[in-house]
Amino acid sequence: MSEPSYPEDLRYHPEHDWARIEGDEATLGVTWYAQDSLGEVVFYEGPEVGSSVVKDEPYAEVESVKAVSDVVAPLSGEVIEVNPDLSDAPEAVNTDPYGTGWLIRIRLSDPAEADALMDSAAYSASLE
Amino acid sequence: MPNDPTEMRFSPLHEAHLASGAKMVLFSGWQMPVSFDGIKEEHIAVRTHAGLFDVSHMGQIEVEGPGALAFLQRLLTNDVALMEIGGAQYSCLLNDDAGVIDDLITYRLGGDRYLVVTNAGNHEADLIQFGKVARDFDVYVRDAASRYAMLAVQGPNARRIVAGQLRIELPPRMGVIPQQIGRRPALVCGTGYTGEDGVEIMLDPEIAPAIWAELVDAGVVPCGLGARDTLRLEVCFPLHGNDLSESIDPVTAGLGWACSEQTGFIGSDKVAVFRANGTDERLVPFEIEGDGIARGGNPVISGEETVGEVTSGTWSPSLENGIGFALIRSDLAEPGTAIEIDVRGKRRPARVSSKPLYSKKR
Repeated sequence: MSEPSYPEDLRYHPEHDWARIEGDEATLGVTWYAQDSLGEVVFYEGPEVGSSVVKDEPYAEVESVKAVSDVVAPLSGEVIEVNPDLSDAPEAVNTDPYGTGWLIRIRLSDPAEADALMDSAAYSASLE
Repeated sequence: MPNDPTEMRFSPLHEAHLASGAKMVLFSGWQMPVSFDGIKEEHIAVRTHAGLFDVSHMGQIEVEGPGALAFLQRLLTNDVALMEIGGAQYSCLLNDDAGVIDDLITYRLGGDRYLVVTNAGNHEADLIQFGKVARDFDVYVRDAASRYAMLAVQGPNARRIVAGQLRIELPPRMGVIPQQIGRRPALVCGTGYTGEDGVEIMLDPEIAPAIWAELVDAGVVPCGLGARDTLRLEVCFPLHGNDLSESIDPVTAGLGWACSEQTGFIGSDKVAVFRANGTDERLVPFEIEGDGIARGGNPVISGEETVGEVTSGTWSPSLENGIGFALIRSDLAEPGTAIEIDVRGKRRPARVSSKPLYSKKR
C-alpha cells in the first residue's frame, strides 16, 4: 500500500510495531511507517515457534536492499505461530503490513502490558 | 574560495526530487535521492530498459596547458598518453605510499585540455593533491564542480532514448563529445557505473531540471543512489569510501590493470613492488550461498579464523541473493574459495566469486 494507514483495531508500539489482540493471544507485525522507512523487504528471519519474545526487545530481523532492522516486540509471550509465507514472499510486509505481512502470533504472558501501547490516533500523532 | 566541507550541499535537481516524493539521504555531505519508487524496481529498470540518475554530487576538475599531459601522468595511475582527443580513461590517484586518494574518470577534451571527474567525498582532497603537484608543471588547474550538473542515463534503451529526445550526438563507449544542450555547453560521455550501456551528461545546472523532466517524460525511470549501489556491486565496480581508501593500494584492490608504473606516477614504485611480490590482502567479490545479506564491517571467517572484512554488502536484485566485496587474506582470494561471513552473529556460507558477479551472458 502506498498511503499511510493505521487501523483502529490495532495497538501500537513506539518502535513502529503493531499488535492485534484477541483474548490472550496477539498477532504482531510492523507498521506502514516502518515498512515505508525500510524500503522493499527482501529477507525476513523470525523466531521459532515455542520461543519467547519480550516486550521492548527485538525478536526478528527484516532486511531491505539497503539496510537491516530489528523488529521489537510490543508485548511479551510465547510464539505460537510464525508467518510461513514470508520466507518466499517477504515483500508482503510492504504490500500488506497488517494482513498477509503479519510476522508472528504469540500467547500473551502478561495481557496487562497492552495498556502501555498506543491507539491508532496516538500513534499517528507520534509520527507528526 | 574553497567551500566549507561541513556545509550541506544540494543538487540543482533538489527541488524536483522533493516534488517527486523521492526518499533523500545524506551522501558525502550532499542531500541526494536514495530511491524514487523502490530500489528493486529502479535496479531492474536499468537492467532491462533505461534509468536516470542525478549524480550532480560528482566533482569536476579542469586541467589545461602545455604541461597537462606530463602533470596527469605524474598524478594518475593509468597511461594518460594512450588517451586520444575525445577519449576517456579510468585511473586511481595515489598518495606517496600508493594509498588510493580517489578513483577517477579522465576525459580528454582537446590537445592539452582534460576534465577529471571526482567522487563527491574526495573532491577537496583531490584538489589539494592536484594543487600540490601542479606547482612543478606548466598547467592550469580549476575546480569546475559548481559549473556542472551531472546526469547518468543507463540501460539497454538509454542511448536510443537520449539521442531521440535530446537530439544530440552520442559518443562511443569510453568517449566524450563536447556539444550544446539547451544552448549551453555540455559534455556527453559514453561512461557509467552500472555495467549497462548508456551515457553520462555534464550540463549547465540551470537547465538540468528541464532536461531531467524531458527524459522522465520520454520514459526513463528516475533512480536513486540505492539502485546505483546494487548495480555497481553486481558488476564489481569498487566504491571509494567503502572498498577503496587511502589505506589500500590498487594492487590489493584489484585495480592493477589501471596502473602503468612505467609512467612514473606518484606511488608507482610501491605499486611495482606490490605487483611483483603480491599483497597480504585482496579485495574480492563474494556471493552468499543461501539466506542472509552481508553488510559492510561483517567479519569474514575461514575455519575458526577471522580472515577479512566485508567492505560493501547488499542484496542483489538480479541474482536474488546477498553479494558484496570483502578485503580478505590473499591465499583465500581465488574465485570459488568457500568462506563464511559473520552476519550479526550468524555464520553465512559464501563463496569468493570472479568478476563480474552479474553479466548479461550468465
